[in-house]
Amino acid sequence: MSVHVIETGESFAFTPENEAWAKTQLAKYPPERKASAVMPLLTRAQEQRGGWLTKEAIEYVADYLAMPYIRVLEVASFYTMYNLKPVGRHVIEVCTTTPCWLRGSDEIVKACKKTLGIGLGETTPDGEFTLLEVECAGACVNAPVAAHNGTYYEDLTADSATKIIEALKRGEVPKPGPQVDRQTSAPVGGPTTLKATTGGNA
Amino acid sequence: MPKLTVDGIEVEVPAGATVLQACEAAGAEVPRFCYHERLSIAGNCRMCLVEMEKSPKPVASCAMPAGDGMVIRTNTPTVKKAREGVMEFLLINHPLDCPICDQGGECDLQDQSVAYGAGQSRFKENKRAVEEKYMGPLIKTVMTRCIHCTRCIRFSKEIAGVPELGALGRGEHMEVTTYLEQTLHSEVSGNVIDLCPVGALTSRPYAFTARSWELKKTETIDVMDAVGGNIRVDARGNEVMRILPRVNEAVNEEWISDKTRFVYDGLKRRRLDRPYVRKAGKLTEASWAEAFDAIAKKLKGMSGDKIAAIAGDLQDVESVYALRLLMDSLGAPHRDCRQDGAKLDATSRAGYLFNSGIAGIDEADACLLIGVNPRHEATSVNLRLRARSRRGGFAIANVGPTLDLTYPVQELGNDPKLLQAIAGGAHPFAEVLKAAAKPMLIVGQGALARADGAAVLAAAREIADKLGLVKDGWNGFNVLHTAAARVGALDVGFVPKKGGRDVAGILDGATSGAIEAVFLLGADEINTDSLKDAFVVYIGTHGDEGVRHADVILPAAAYTEKPGTYVNTEGLVQRGLKAVFAPGDAREDWTILRALSDALGKTLPFDSLSELRAKLCSEVPHLAVIDEKPTAAWGKFGTEGAVEAMPFTLAVTDYYRTNPICRASCILATVKDAMSGDKTEATGTHG
Repeated sequence: MSVHVIETGESFAFTPENEAWAKTQLAKYPPERKASAVMPLLTRAQEQRGGWLTKEAIEYVADYLAMPYIRVLEVASFYTMYNLKPVGRHVIEVCTTTPCWLRGSDEIVKACKKTLGIGLGETTPDGEFTLLEVECAGACVNAPVAAHNGTYYEDLTADSATKIIEALKRGEVPKPGPQVDRQTSAPVGGPTTLKATTGGNA
Repeated sequence: MPKLTVDGIEVEVPAGATVLQACEAAGAEVPRFCYHERLSIAGNCRMCLVEMEKSPKPVASCAMPAGDGMVIRTNTPTVKKAREGVMEFLLINHPLDCPICDQGGECDLQDQSVAYGAGQSRFKENKRAVEEKYMGPLIKTVMTRCIHCTRCIRFSKEIAGVPELGALGRGEHMEVTTYLEQTLHSEVSGNVIDLCPVGALTSRPYAFTARSWELKKTETIDVMDAVGGNIRVDARGNEVMRILPRVNEAVNEEWISDKTRFVYDGLKRRRLDRPYVRKAGKLTEASWAEAFDAIAKKLKGMSGDKIAAIAGDLQDVESVYALRLLMDSLGAPHRDCRQDGAKLDATSRAGYLFNSGIAGIDEADACLLIGVNPRHEATSVNLRLRARSRRGGFAIANVGPTLDLTYPVQELGNDPKLLQAIAGGAHPFAEVLKAAAKPMLIVGQGALARADGAAVLAAAREIADKLGLVKDGWNGFNVLHTAAARVGALDVGFVPKKGGRDVAGILDGATSGAIEAVFLLGADEINTDSLKDAFVVYIGTHGDEGVRHADVILPAAAYTEKPGTYVNTEGLVQRGLKAVFAPGDAREDWTILRALSDALGKTLPFDSLSELRAKLCSEVPHLAVIDEKPTAAWGKFGTEGAVEAMPFTLAVTDYYRTNPICRASCILATVKDAMSGDKTEATGTHG
């Protein structure tokens, strides 16, 4: 990983909606501590920019918060949620931390690589898919998990992971959440409490 | 005041001190990499682990506040084992390339691994490698050696005030770099070389030129500005290899500017190494005897009223004094040391000193800058002002050109008339100064080197008088000089005698023919065009402005090549030592003047430097008090008068080219280019 190379692109400025939203973030902190808002602003800038941060976006946020550029770049390069390299329209993030790994995340990674034809940290030549490995996604009870543009797909198998990616390729939106017969993180196969619940996954 | 026990010794330390400081107070040595007493605490190298009673684990002493009743042990097997563990991890990703590393011999990691390093490595995997980073023409980087102590990052953010260094990435991928690998835009960037505990940041110009143990170290005084920074000149044979700072809490703390640090190659270029005499319009090499003959022949029978002398900015007090004595004996009243034409008043010492002292800035609580840019005119003073500003409760305002001083300054505008408004109490900042316990003002040479300079000086004195800048035990009236020689020259009275001409008068006189012979003692900051028709004797070190119209050149010694006394801007008398010999036939300045006086039949009354100094000290007794900040009596100075509305200009416009030595330096020329252009130069690994 070479962290010191960042992309440059066209000039960056918040859209009026994001600008208004940024103001609400700044309002949370005392004026002399507005640098505290760096992470939400970077996240929003990344979303607006199409999934990754450029030099211009980083400098825009730095100027917005009156921070030295290097301080914002430090934050952006520290957290893996900020992408400093272009990503595809679909970002697939596979969790490989211990619980997911024990539940077979290696198979999920292998299936994704095979279906997409790319390795971890790479983007397909058509610029559609990016495959990333992430640390604990915080959904261990439904391990193994992967996320597509922030939406979680849980209780994956090599098979279901392949199916999801195929569906995404066709432009469909697969059903998020557990891919087995399970309501959110309730036990597999249905509720085991005396009172059954109704309704599906949120 | 917590009391604690370190290795059985009870010590009391000030509240807020750390355990590490308590250990030092008790005489226990604690190894460290990231901790530095002038930087904020990072606590990330973990080398300073000590054992603390009632703590289940060793604690990082640099980050642990000393508490009452703590029992600390620094020499137990647990401590040794813990530090050995830390050292083993540090060395895992450190290349063991000491033989080809410039830090070798003066490396903290090398030294401490002698005590805590394992005899052999247990690490069989690949070491991590990090790409080199470009940080400008002064700092060479080998980032694989970096141990991530973050001293350089904290220095740039806290001390230098140019937050351009940072650590990108996390964990094993963390890399220290400047933003987009640009040059570090600071005039004190070289200090990160000293701060770096390993060989990650080293001096690029010094790279592979010498080893620390083959250098002869001479402690002397810097002359690049009037602060009188304490430096150590490292020489091998007769060549100055590098210049490093010395600690002097009252002057430069432990920082020096890049100009001070990297000027040394200017000592080897464009040097005058033999006497020259102009024959048929051409300068030709001559012997000392021929040169003296030429001067004696020319001056024979010339009335003293036609002879003048100008002293330069880098001179030691002794040479200026010797020249003054020579002028006295020739009966010449025209002499001046104020090349820039600053209207300084030599009659009252308080009128040309930085009276509060440089260390006095730490106590001040309000400051008015008048036509001065301390960042370029005296970097050490600017670092103090910045440190004071960071502590808070320090109102600082500027009358003069808008400045970037690395700390917030209230810009009052560049209108000299404001001075009278402030003195009169009509301006709001007058209230700030009046209300302050220890207010100060700093007048720059740019504000004084103008036609109404004496009136500006008087206006500044009026502010000091009326707004309580001078009170019991505090004198906040400060003149910031740019020339290392200036205060000393004023002390020995190197100003026009009654009926004598100042610099402008001498130059005019040389044009009109009223002045026929001019002695230039290292004077290069004047336009010598007007000296075309006069007989010019240049005594100096470099082929610079002063030699253009010289008829006789007498080669002299630079500041590293002679013992000399220097008086800094606060009036502090310091003595420098001789590190190397002057090149070729060049001689120490006072010996030249002594020999010349002989040739002129006006033999000066001393045969050795000690005799010269004895005579000097008997005439100017305060020059005998070395390394002690003087207090000058407050008096009348300046000339009351109208201050012109013309805006102030600054004394230093081209920071890296202020004197003949730095103009001759190739290193400083490249810095200047890098600062302005930011072109990314190819580093060794980029091919």
